[in-house]
Amino acid sequence: MSPDLLDWTAGAERLVFEACGGCGRVRYFRRPFCPACGSQAVEARIASGRGTVYAATTVVRAPSAELRAFAPYGIALVDAAEGFRFMAHAADGLRIGDPVATAFRTFGSRLVPFCQPAGDP
Amino acid sequence: MSAVTGVGLTPFGRLEGQDTLALMSRAATAALADAELERRDVDGLVCGYSTTLPHLMLSTVFAEHFGLAPRYAHAMQLGGATGFGLVMLAHALADAGTARRILVVAGENRLTGQSRDAAIQTLAQVGHPVYEVPLGPTIPAYYGLVASRYMHEFGATEADFAELAVLMRANAARMPGAHLTAPLTVADVLASKPIATPLKLADCCPVSDGAAAFVIEREEPGRDAIRIRGTGQAHRHQHVTAAGPVGAFGAAEAAGRALGAAGVALADIRYGAIYDSFTVTLAILLEELGLAPRGGAGRLAREGRFAPDGALPLNTHGGLLSYGHCGVAGAMAHAVEAVRQMRGEAGDRQVARPALALLHGDGGVLSSHVSLVLEATR
Ligand SMILES: [Zn+2]
Repeated sequence: MSPDLLDWTAGAERLVFEACGGCGRVRYFRRPFCPACGSQAVEARIASGRGTVYAATTVVRAPSAELRAFAPYGIALVDAAEGFRFMAHAADGLRIGDPVATAFRTFGSRLVPFCQPAGDP
Repeated sequence: MSAVTGVGLTPFGRLEGQDTLALMSRAATAALADAELERRDVDGLVCGYSTTLPHLMLSTVFAEHFGLAPRYAHAMQLGGATGFGLVMLAHALADAGTARRILVVAGENRLTGQSRDAAIQTLAQVGHPVYEVPLGPTIPAYYGLVASRYMHEFGATEADFAELAVLMRANAARMPGAHLTAPLTVADVLASKPIATPLKLADCCPVSDGAAAFVIEREEPGRDAIRIRGTGQAHRHQHVTAAGPVGAFGAAEAAGRALGAAGVALADIRYGAIYDSFTVTLAILLEELGLAPRGGAGRLAREGRFAPDGALPLNTHGGLLSYGHCGVAGAMAHAVEAVRQMRGEAGDRQVARPALALLHGDGGVLSSHVSLVLEATR
C-alpha cells in the first residue's frame, strides 16, 4: 500500500494507477478498495506513461476565460501499457492507435499529463 | 399500467425574464389543462433539477410556488436521462398506487439565466473532478473523444453526422416554438466552426430556455390514452475515461428491459424519440438500440428512413439539436412530441399515427440510459 504516492493531480510529475492484491485488476481512479472484488489490498504503482491513443479530440472552444488562451489544445484517452485508461493532453497530430509517451506540462494553474509520440526526444 | 394523460411544452430558445419556477409553472399549467385536471387533483409531483436554481428540495419549492400539496414529491438528477427517468418513476408510483395523478415537470432559463461560460462550466462538471476536469474538457470534448473512436471503429464520417443535424433542422422548421429554424445543409454543417473535433457547432445542440410537463395517471379502463407499456434503465459508467467500448454503453440493455416489460418487438416500433445532444449521440444511440446498423445511422438518415414520411419518423419536433436543449425538459420535449404524434395532434407535422413509440434518453457521457415504450390505446 502506498496511499501517499502522489501523482500529477497533486502536482507531482507522475502517473499513478492502482492494482488490486485480491483480483489483480488495475484502474486509474484511485480509491481505498477494489470496486470489482471489494478487496482493500490496493497497491498504488507508478505507470510508465507509455501507451496507445484510444480516442482524441482538439478542444477549440475552451470552457473558461482562463483556459481560452491555451486553445486549441488536444485531449486524448490513452490505453496505458499497464492496462488502464487515462485522459491526458495530447500533442498536435496524434491519432488513434499512435504509441505515446507521457510528459507533464502546466495548463492554467495546474500540472497535467501531456502525451507525445513515443520515441520523440 | 399507467398513461400519459396530459402534456405541456413551452417554446424553447431565448425566453427573457422567465426564471425556472415561472417556466415550470407555464408547462405545468398547460399539462394540467390538457389532462383536464385542477391543481387539487394532483397527488404526486416529480421534477428534475435546474442549473440556474440549484436547490436541495426543488420538488417542494415548486409545489409551494405552484400551489400543490402532493402526498409524494421527489426531485431527480440523472443528467439528460432525467426526463425519461421521471416518466419511469411516475409510472412506478402510479402502478404501485403511491399516487394516482402525478405531475412531471422540469424547466429552466439555461440560456438567459447565466453566462454562456457558466453554463459550459457547470455542464463540464459531469467529468471527473480530479482526473478529467483539470485538463480543460467541455461536454463537446467528452463527446468529441467518443466520436473520434466511433468513426475509427465503424467508418462513419463527419458528413454522416451532418445528415442527422440536417434532419433535425428540417423537422424544427415545421415546429412552432423551435429554437433553431434557419435552413441547414450538410455543407453548412461541415463548414460550421469547430468546437471539439470532430464536432462542429452544428453538431451540437444549443443552450435554451424552456420547460415541459406531463400528467401521468393510473390507467382507467375505457379511456383513450397514451399508455406507458414498458420502462427500463441501465447505468454502466459515469466518466468517459471509465466507459466501456463504443456501442456497448447500456442503451441496448435499457431498451431491452423496456421492450421486454412491454412485450413488444423492436420491429413493431413506428416512432423514435431519441436523445440527440450531439449528432454523434444520436448516431450511437440509434445504432446501439438496433434502429440502424453500426456506422449506418447517417446513411439511413440520408436515405430518408428517419424522415417524417419514412419508415421510422424521428424527433419530428426537431430534437435537442434544433428544437433546443434547456436541461431536463430537453428530452421531455421528445416525449411531448411522441404523445402528440400518437394522438394524431401534431398538426401539419403529423406522421402516420404510430401505435408504438420507443423513447430513449442518456445522461452524462452516454452514461445513464432510460428507455420507454409508449402505446396508443386506440
Ligand atoms: Zn479486486
